[in-house]
Amino acid sequence: MPDSIVVWVAGKNVEVPKGATVAAAVFVAGAFCRTSPSGQPRTPFCGMGICFECRTVINGEPHRRSCQVLCEPGMVITPDEC
Amino acid sequence: MNAESKRSFDVAVIGGGPAGMGAATVAAECGLSVVLLDDNPGLGGQIWRGESGSSKHTQASHWFDRVGRSSVEWILEARVFQVGKGHLSAESPDTVHQIAYSHLILATGARERFLPFPGWTLPNVLGAGALHSLIKSGLPVEGKRIVIAGTGPLLLAVAAYAREKGAQVACIAEQTTGAKFACFGLSVLLVPEELEEVWQLAWQLQAVPHWKNCWPVAALGKERLEAVRLSHHGRIREIASDYLACGFHLVPSLELAQFIGCAIQDGYVAVDENQQTCIPGVYCAGEPTGIGGFELALVEGQIAGFAAANRKDLARKLWRRRDAGLRHVRALRRAFELRDELRNMPQEDTLVCRCEDVPFGLLRAHQSWQSAKLHSRCGMGPCQGRVCGAAAEFLFGWSNSSVRPPLFPVRCSSLAEMPVETIPEIHEGGSK
Amino acid sequence: MSFRPDIVIVGAGIVGAACGFELAREKFSVAVVDAAGIGMQTTAAGMGHLLVLDDSEEQFALTRYSLSLWNALAKHLPPAVEYSRCGTLWVAGDEDEMAEVVRKHTYYGERGIQTEILDAHALREAEPALRRPLAGGLRVPGDAVLYPPCAAAYLLQRAAELGAKIFLGKAVNSIRNGITRLADGTVFHSKFIINAAGQFAPKLTPGIHIRPRKGHLVITDRYPGTITHQLMELGYLKSAHSISADSVAFNLQPRKTGQLLIGSARQYEVADGNVDFAILSRMLKRAMEYVPSLGSLSAIRVWTGFRPATPDQLPFIGPWPDDPSIFLAAGHEGLGITTSLATGRLAVDFLLRRASAIPVEPYLPSRQIEGVTHA
Ligand SMILES: Cc1cc2nc3c(=O)[nH]c(=O)nc-3n(C[C@H](O)[C@H](O)[C@H](O)COP(=O)(O)OP(=O)(O)OC[C@H]3O[C@@H](n4cnc5c(N)ncnc54)[C@H](O)[C@@H]3O)c2cc1C
Ligand SMILES: Cc1cc2nc3c(=O)[nH]c(=O)nc-3n(C[C@H](O)[C@H](O)[C@H](O)COP(=O)(O)OP(=O)(O)OC[C@H]3O[C@@H](n4cnc5c(N)ncnc54)[C@H](O)[C@@H]3O)c2cc1C
Ligand code: FES
Repeated sequence: MPDSIVVWVAGKNVEVPKGATVAAAVFVAGAFCRTSPSGQPRTPFCGMGICFECRTVINGEPHRRSCQVLCEPGMVITPDEC
Repeated sequence: MNAESKRSFDVAVIGGGPAGMGAATVAAECGLSVVLLDDNPGLGGQIWRGESGSSKHTQASHWFDRVGRSSVEWILEARVFQVGKGHLSAESPDTVHQIAYSHLILATGARERFLPFPGWTLPNVLGAGALHSLIKSGLPVEGKRIVIAGTGPLLLAVAAYAREKGAQVACIAEQTTGAKFACFGLSVLLVPEELEEVWQLAWQLQAVPHWKNCWPVAALGKERLEAVRLSHHGRIREIASDYLACGFHLVPSLELAQFIGCAIQDGYVAVDENQQTCIPGVYCAGEPTGIGGFELALVEGQIAGFAAANRKDLARKLWRRRDAGLRHVRALRRAFELRDELRNMPQEDTLVCRCEDVPFGLLRAHQSWQSAKLHSRCGMGPCQGRVCGAAAEFLFGWSNSSVRPPLFPVRCSSLAEMPVETIPEIHEGGSK
Repeated sequence: MSFRPDIVIVGAGIVGAACGFELAREKFSVAVVDAAGIGMQTTAAGMGHLLVLDDSEEQFALTRYSLSLWNALAKHLPPAVEYSRCGTLWVAGDEDEMAEVVRKHTYYGERGIQTEILDAHALREAEPALRRPLAGGLRVPGDAVLYPPCAAAYLLQRAAELGAKIFLGKAVNSIRNGITRLADGTVFHSKFIINAAGQFAPKLTPGIHIRPRKGHLVITDRYPGTITHQLMELGYLKSAHSISADSVAFNLQPRKTGQLLIGSARQYEVADGNVDFAILSRMLKRAMEYVPSLGSLSAIRVWTGFRPATPDQLPFIGPWPDDPSIFLAAGHEGLGITTSLATGRLAVDFLLRRASAIPVEPYLPSRQIEGVTHA
């Protein structure tokens, strides 16, 4: 893909189109963005910055709302615990 | 860690959807200095999200073009978290914007209503609007099986879009009755501007089963969604599925209006014929005054913009179009009213609060939202009750009119930098 | 209503709940009445820090006694109460405050409370998030934190299991001569009435000196492990207890959820519960001076609450001289979560006419009458 970006999600490389949100990358990777207080894995839910379900760790920073953040080459995305 | 920016404007518009774009543009065209704030990376709101000038939607490209040529200053990725008399604060990734204003226009839009059912917290169960925007922003769905469930016209739009991108839409499960839906269809056909869109939708969806009287009973799967169990005309059906996109129509985003003390009536912000709220100089337009779609939002926005610019003559010319739109609000309300059976969807252990993992069974013991919140942590997470609050209102009839700062979670440093001379005193005059 | 309790308790905050719990355990028949719900007023706003404090000899005695009761109860508390014995770490910024650390260490030690002096290095090891340089600190390992509304609910649930009757959403209009009149017309006749109405106690018992003292708190999203003790600056004593001026102090609590609760601010003569951004800003800046990384953490919610404050910073626990049927249990200011259990014990001791574990005179409401004649 010429117009694509590679990011690192939960331990593997995934390729997403330019302009993709981190939330989309989480789905593409078949990963989870966070585990809930009782330990359930979750994926982004509302897609519009309201529900905070998509919180994830981006380049070491916890609790980023992945549906509001665009992928950048080389980003490291790991599950959040919250 | 925070840069600070202090500015002053005649008009501050909060929300960059159709209502906010319309309001800001006409106010600026009347010669006022206008700032338009939105928390997304682009203007357009829910419906024109990520379209900008290249839109195939003619209305969208008209307004993107017009706001671009106007003197409106827009600030994106900026969440307004505090509003006081003549002053507001917004946070963006590395800045706190302190803005002084003379007139305030609230155009904060709506969000989807989500209702809990067993399994709705499973990975790959998501909002209908969320699926739409994720596909738009790079999620490939080619060959994926998708069930779309809930209520409202948005389900159809999402289904059509997913199909266009190669998904296999297994069915649309619509909770309302066939009769109500048909009535709604007729009312839409009476609005000529929407005819073309409706036909297009119908054409795109002709191969998709569209079940009425149908709602989710459970989302099934071990690690992620594998199948959806639906109740359809009293029968249970199970459908294998990769994604379940659900949404139970829309709820207006009222927090900001409630916070500053705007009167609320029947669940919407009360406004006069010029979209002015009970607080002089504070206007409200778009979904918070009634869920009626983008055409109405645009018209209301312009009325508010003209009124703020003291061009009531121009505002008046749009009244008739607005009143026609308000009929649409009522038609939508009737058609997609939630049926009582949906209150039986959650089981004792179904989580209602997704932030704090609070099950339905724990909430039932309480008398009020406040008590439930205090003792179970429901609504205490970072969504501040935006998801579970709307669900609890439907499930238990609890209302939650108390809105506390910050309006959205913000960095502690942003709160610390609130300018002291603008301590909000705006609460008086509100009816709440 | 045919129900004739021995004792009516007005108020289901932490203090009323503790009284209900202790009385029910002693087989009294008890009615607890609250205008709202359980723990929905000041108890909902409090920080839930259980600590021994040495503002005065009397305060020390009450907090030490109550803390021992909490610690004995700890193993029974359900998870929702979020009890955690994290200890308090008093932070000394300079050598003056270090001298206070040493004084406190001796004072606590002489009274049977073990503490540990930390030098600058040990403080850094204990709490790496604190700014440097700092002079050191004092660790009080027996202190704890909990979530007050659920603690109140637990105590009342235990009371109810022992036969107490709990009436929620019922306002009390008046209490006098053993008669409790509810707004809905219900009347209770009882031997004693405990006024545990917190900041509203003077409405039911006119003449008692309790003033609301406003506080602000901020809670963050979950950041587990950022700090592990409740952190307090030693300047706290000086600033927080100044009687009239508004004050802020660094006070940071690690919740069991991983959230951080940021305090504290104290204001007199403010009646409205609105967030005051001037004092909030001062409070946050103070906290960020001590823990700089706090600035980038996400704040979810800000709220305010009113501490029921008395002129001498000690609660009223004991019979009301004007009406022997009334027992006051109110005015616990900023320590009511801590001192609630001891309050319940003192109430039971009084009703059973038995000796208490600590001298009760300092808390008797009659002290006010004497004080007032001089004021
Ligand atoms: C997911 C979704 C899909 C929809 N699809 C359609 C459709 O296909 N057709 C249709 O007619 N209608 C659709 N709607 C309805 C839609 O709400 C309206 O048609 C239209 O977008 C309303 O315009 P608006 O300006 O009132 O609100 P919105 O478009 O919702 O715009 C409000 C904006 O304000 C921003 N905002 C809110 N609070 C703050 C704050 N505190 N600080 C900063 N910014 C803030 C929001 O992020 C948003 O960008 C959809 C709604 C949703 C939720
Ligand atoms: C910001 C802040 C931080 C604090 N931090 C701590 C801390 O860390 N540690 C600590 O130990 N303490 C702390 N406190 C203090 C503690 O919260 C209070 O001392 C304690 O909650 C007082 O409890 P109460 O039961 O007396 O009052 P309340 O909780 O106010 O209960 C009184 C009850 O009486 C009811 N009531 C009143 N009038 C009537 C009526 N007429 N009829 C029926 N019912 C009535 C009310 O509805 C209410 O439920 C803090 C307080 C604040 C404000
Ligand atoms: S998916 Fe809801 S906030 Fe991002």
